[in-house]
Amino acid sequence: MRVGFLHSLIRKDEKLLIAELRRRAGIELVFLDDRRLVFDFHARPEVDVVLERSINHSRAMHALRLFEGAGTPCVNTYEVSRRCGDKILTAASLAERGVPQPEARVAFTPESALDAIEELGYPVVLKPAVGSWGRLLSKINDRDAAETVLEHKSILGSYHHSIFFVQKYVAKGGRDIRSFVVGDECVAAIYRTSGHWITNTARGGLATNCSVTPELADLSLRAADAVGGGVLAVDLFESADGLLVNEVNYTMEFRNSTDVTGVNIPERIVSYLAEVRP
Amino acid sequence: MYECPVCGGEVEISPDPVEGELLECAECGVELEIMALDPLTLGEAPDAEEDWGE
Repeated sequence: MRVGFLHSLIRKDEKLLIAELRRRAGIELVFLDDRRLVFDFHARPEVDVVLERSINHSRAMHALRLFEGAGTPCVNTYEVSRRCGDKILTAASLAERGVPQPEARVAFTPESALDAIEELGYPVVLKPAVGSWGRLLSKINDRDAAETVLEHKSILGSYHHSIFFVQKYVAKGGRDIRSFVVGDECVAAIYRTSGHWITNTARGGLATNCSVTPELADLSLRAADAVGGGVLAVDLFESADGLLVNEVNYTMEFRNSTDVTGVNIPERIVSYLAEVRP
Repeated sequence: MYECPVCGGEVEISPDPVEGELLECAECGVELEIMALDPLTLGEAPDAEEDWGE
């Protein structure tokens, strides 16, 4: 099987995947560096499947669309990247399937966004639709802060920042859960613990093992299915009302998780590729 | 061992380097990228962009 490895910078996660791909008999690895690719809407890379690991969401999404357009199966698919890469589209997909998530609102002007925030009640979290690693998240505790942040976003940011996505703040006791879904199985999960309200491990959150309960597995699989399925990391909050899905990530990072969970996540991902390949 | 292009310090390379691989200079902490393998060439890694992530 020829695996096209779509990438830009190679992080530890990519190194783990490359090592696993190279370890497997019968797999030929073809590097597709998104900084060198040129597409002509027809030519198809000489690979059986593309495994997407680009660090740029915009490049990943367009590359997947063009690869699929040329007939190459991809993990994850363009549609999954489109839904997961934009938190509003993710929330819409989850809502359509009745997957529990924090209460949220979308608005397009500072005035209507302020109304939305007041409707939800403080504190809220204002998030860019596209963004990762906890970047540009604003926890807003009162109206004064809301007015200021909304003004700054609409004046200082590109047009993306005038699509206001507001989420009810969830008190999560200093931790959240990240679960790892590969195909139709929730293979592992971790707690991410931090003194800061943003618990991303990219921001220093500490990873510890979280056992995959039937409830966690079921909700993770429902969330993954809602966005199109594949190889996905589901971030969840343990709220007073039970587990809530915060977001779904389609270029999942797992470097801190293989040791902590004892589950060989890259191995599961590579095995899944063989299933997806026509 | 290779030399950090920023501080001249020693940079340790993994046993199986890959072009595009990220690594960090232990002395000055700058993030580096393997620009080429033959010969192995280090450069400063690009800064994170707004749509980087998972």
